[in-house]
Amino acid sequence: MSITEQESAEMKVVGTRISRPDGVDKVTGRARYGADLMLPGMLQGATLRSPHAHAKLISIDTSRAEALPGVKAVVTRDDFKDQPSEIVAAGELPVNYRDVVRNMMAREKVLYDGHPVAAVAATSMSVAKKALKLIQVEYEVLPHVINVVDAMKPGAPILDENLRTQGDESAPDTPTNISKRVQTGFGDVDAGFAAADIIVEREYDTEPVHQGYIEPQACVASYTEDGHAEIWVSTQGHFLIRSFTARLCGLDVSKLKVTPSEIGGGFGGKNNVYGEPIALALSRKAHRPVKMVMSRNEVFRATGPTSGANMKVKVGCTRDGKITAADAVLNYQAGAFPGSPVMQASMTAFACYALENVRVVGFDVVSNRPKVAAYRAPGAQVVAFGVESVMDEMAKKLNMDPVEFRLKNAAKEGVKASFGPTLGPVGLVECLEEIKSHPNYSVPLGPNQGRGVASGFWFNIGGETCVNMNLSEDGTVALMVGTPDIGGSRASMSMMAAEALGIDPKSVTVSVGDTNALGFNFLTAGSRTTFASGKATVEAAQKMILELRSRAAKIWDISVDAVVWEEGEARPASSNAGDFEPLTLAELAKKAPKTGGPIAGHAETNVQGAGPSYASQVADVEVDPETGQVKILRFTVAQDAGKAIHPSYVEGQYQGATAQGIGWALNEAYIYDENGRLENPNFLDYRVPVASDLPMIDSIIVEVPNPNHPYGVRGIGETSIIPVTAAIANAIESATGKRLLKLPMSPPEVLEAIEGNA
Amino acid sequence: MRYEAPDSLDAATELLSSEPGVSRILAGGTDLLVQMHAGMTEPDLIVDIKKIPDLRAIVAEDSGFRIGAAVTGAEMGEHRELKSAWPGVVEAVELIGSTQIQGRATPGGNLCNASPAADSVPAMVAAGATVTVVGTEGTREIPVQEICTGPGQTSLKKGEIVVSFKLPARPSRSGDAYLRMTPRTEMDIAVVGVGVNLTMDQEGNCIDARVAIGAVAPTVLLVPEAAAALIGTKVDESALAELASAASAACRPIDDKRGTKKYRIKVAGVLAKRAAKIAVERAGQSL
Ligand SMILES: Cc1cc2nc3c(=O)[nH]c(=O)nc-3n(C[C@H](O)[C@H](O)[C@H](O)COP(=O)(O)OP(=O)(O)OC[C@H]3O[C@@H](n4cnc5c(N)ncnc54)[C@H](O)[C@@H]3O)c2cc1C
Repeated sequence: MSITEQESAEMKVVGTRISRPDGVDKVTGRARYGADLMLPGMLQGATLRSPHAHAKLISIDTSRAEALPGVKAVVTRDDFKDQPSEIVAAGELPVNYRDVVRNMMAREKVLYDGHPVAAVAATSMSVAKKALKLIQVEYEVLPHVINVVDAMKPGAPILDENLRTQGDESAPDTPTNISKRVQTGFGDVDAGFAAADIIVEREYDTEPVHQGYIEPQACVASYTEDGHAEIWVSTQGHFLIRSFTARLCGLDVSKLKVTPSEIGGGFGGKNNVYGEPIALALSRKAHRPVKMVMSRNEVFRATGPTSGANMKVKVGCTRDGKITAADAVLNYQAGAFPGSPVMQASMTAFACYALENVRVVGFDVVSNRPKVAAYRAPGAQVVAFGVESVMDEMAKKLNMDPVEFRLKNAAKEGVKASFGPTLGPVGLVECLEEIKSHPNYSVPLGPNQGRGVASGFWFNIGGETCVNMNLSEDGTVALMVGTPDIGGSRASMSMMAAEALGIDPKSVTVSVGDTNALGFNFLTAGSRTTFASGKATVEAAQKMILELRSRAAKIWDISVDAVVWEEGEARPASSNAGDFEPLTLAELAKKAPKTGGPIAGHAETNVQGAGPSYASQVADVEVDPETGQVKILRFTVAQDAGKAIHPSYVEGQYQGATAQGIGWALNEAYIYDENGRLENPNFLDYRVPVASDLPMIDSIIVEVPNPNHPYGVRGIGETSIIPVTAAIANAIESATGKRLLKLPMSPPEVLEAIEGNA
Repeated sequence: MRYEAPDSLDAATELLSSEPGVSRILAGGTDLLVQMHAGMTEPDLIVDIKKIPDLRAIVAEDSGFRIGAAVTGAEMGEHRELKSAWPGVVEAVELIGSTQIQGRATPGGNLCNASPAADSVPAMVAAGATVTVVGTEGTREIPVQEICTGPGQTSLKKGEIVVSFKLPARPSRSGDAYLRMTPRTEMDIAVVGVGVNLTMDQEGNCIDARVAIGAVAPTVLLVPEAAAALIGTKVDESALAELASAASAACRPIDDKRGTKKYRIKVAGVLAKRAAKIAVERAGQSL
């Protein structure tokens, strides 16, 4: 672990490793997650799901279920108003309300195995389950399509007769599964390839993968008799749960209060509504609170994984290693409804390189699988497998060290990014240099061992943010933010508040406020929380400091300009201002009733200026030549944090993202049978890595400050998942001489590659 | 649903045979409870056998060992004499699940759940283990491989309980080993599992061998051809190559979500070779 020290010299709290305030509750089991709330009279909800991948929903007869003793309500498509086509931002992916209502509860058709068809609320789970069996659904089964390439072929089963390809003038006005064509880039790609000495062109396929959060979706909804409602829910964004649920259930937004529970992981998968509007509709009908908790089976069958893709990547290069052109075609699987992250993929595909000629064309394709959701750097991780594999092959053809090749072509400050704008200060070169000089990059390799490197880029975002900071009467500080804490952000917020106020972070208690307590906050997503809520926290602290200075000025009867705030106390600016004993926070808090009442600081802002984060990684693997099993021996991550507020949590993000990438690389995949039913909706057969599959992942925190944050913070939650699959593919190639073009690189696939003649 | 935890075998067999509905034996519950949770089975009666003393003991007997069917994996792993005599059997049992699962999972449950991929079964079959089965009609002693008749199916009659496993006396210079292939290092189901048990003579010739393979057919296979490839050899490279092809040839796998036919066939041979090498090494240490 090495931290490139920047300005931490002046900072007292930022950059230290305090213990997290939510830790004790979590390890003692006191923390309350989505499923932990109990209310008087509460019912259990359960969902009936389609066993078919694609079918017309002819009729639903719920009468026998309704007659079962203990059943208090049943809802189907008829309990939800249809929604017009309207696209809104939802986390990192836009969604269409017309599709949201259909994904939540099937209307004309079921579009995937697990698609909700009806739901019941009953006095116990066993009654609810019995009731589901009594619901009679008549389906007309239709041919289905799972694979993205198959879905694009003429004659493929069509999911939505009304779908036409947007953004493609040449597309015929006939039903299609291709919902959208996007294109990014600049320069003259053909001229660039003409100038190249070496061209590498390859086709890759990846599987959709699930975020794999440990806590399944869970909520409790309660609709009151006067038309108000409350939802308690495990989510990355309770304000978005409120907008969606209010819309789908026909409520005024302010009549619905949403409180976020502790959250057991999200990774982008908890940016959407699933059971929340259903639970609320059930509660409204039953006149009692309703709890809905998904099983793991439901999580896998019906919540969004990220896209799988088919892609072609082509790169041209001069003999001395300068890239002359980069081109890609990306076919992204969106699941049952449009909305894959293909645009993000197109924009990020070549963002690690300084290019003059670049083009990416992307297609968004529907098929009979659950609608994709965001997942850690959505889109970017998929395309990086292809791009970073091609770059490795290119370096090899040039006989160049893969890090040198990347350095030679690296995106840096002042370069026009492949997605358009000119880059400000960014840390890719620094990451590559760190990797090059890290011992991992030079430790000798044994037989059947190989080493691979890869890089990644992610934008990060800011967005709508609102925080409240209140000074309590004893001088401690209560800070309320509106972004759920998934990765230790309460600790980071307390540290930034403490730094700004000049006090001990233990005097700052941070909570996540409900939707009535704060103005609209965008999600905890896009690596935005420490950046955006952190920036708002510092702004609120500065406003509070101004108020504190004016209170001191009042007490001393001098001008506010003659009062400074230093080390947690108000002091006269100079001896000219007068000779006063400093006033601490506690003293000012005590005197507050007489100096004007409560002291607080607020910030309500749409935070701009997120700083992109680059990462580079090196992976060492050993491949069993007889079984194809890949063991990860060593893994080192260098990622630009801008500034690590709490280095342990930054390292935790790098390691967690890498662990998820390793699962993606080696084993994770959805297995569908010939009827389009998911065969592995459980953690036994959907193989995320276990602890013993992973080496200690070494983290290097690079700190190239983001000028748009008071402490230099960039978001760091996502980038490190991006390079992993390619780093491992490159390492496997180095160990075996065989290049894998398909994920996952599971033992049978690796063995096939080793034994094949390819 | 009724739950009973009798403290005698007679009471347990009586309860099981007189239940008119669906009755299930509960040992560690690491298969049964998972299946109930998934809605695969809804028993009317559950008979917990962990309170029956005979099923909970490991005893040295006739120079071999008798292991109660409801002894846990962790208990077998902590039994030093058993572990040194039958390292392959114990390592197979210890591969089941994780530390938490080991505190519950039993060899009886692993066998009677009748998964073709059960880890302890190939090792037990290679060891030549027998089981004692008790029912209302009496007691029978049968080889382990006669319990499972297909995936999820056993030859046990209503009311019958597997009481114990008998591991035979061990000639000197014997060794056994179990290896499995799983995509993950832990918490996974064998794509292939191979148990090898052999005895060497003073000159380093293999004089006896048993080879069993799991997850490549509806039940665990005892493969005499694979054993024959070892017997009478010094277990050198050519014998190991013969062993590998005999093991692969015996496989009758299916393509399923956990592995392809082709892969299973190939890896069965690879693991047989590797397990035989470990068994030879262990035989050398057990002089
Ligand atoms: C997380 C996890 C990981 C696992 N990993 C593995 C693994 O790596 N390898 C592996 O092989 N298995 C694995 N399993 C499956 C399971 O743990 C084993 O099969 C275990 O040995 C079952 O033993 P048990 O005592 O828990 O069986 P139980 O669940 O109690 O019983 C299993 C079946 O056998 C019957 N039965 C039990 N005892 C007797 C008896 N004495 N006589 C007659 N019938 C009986 C029961 O009625 C039931 O049908 C795993 C399970 C879990 C949950």
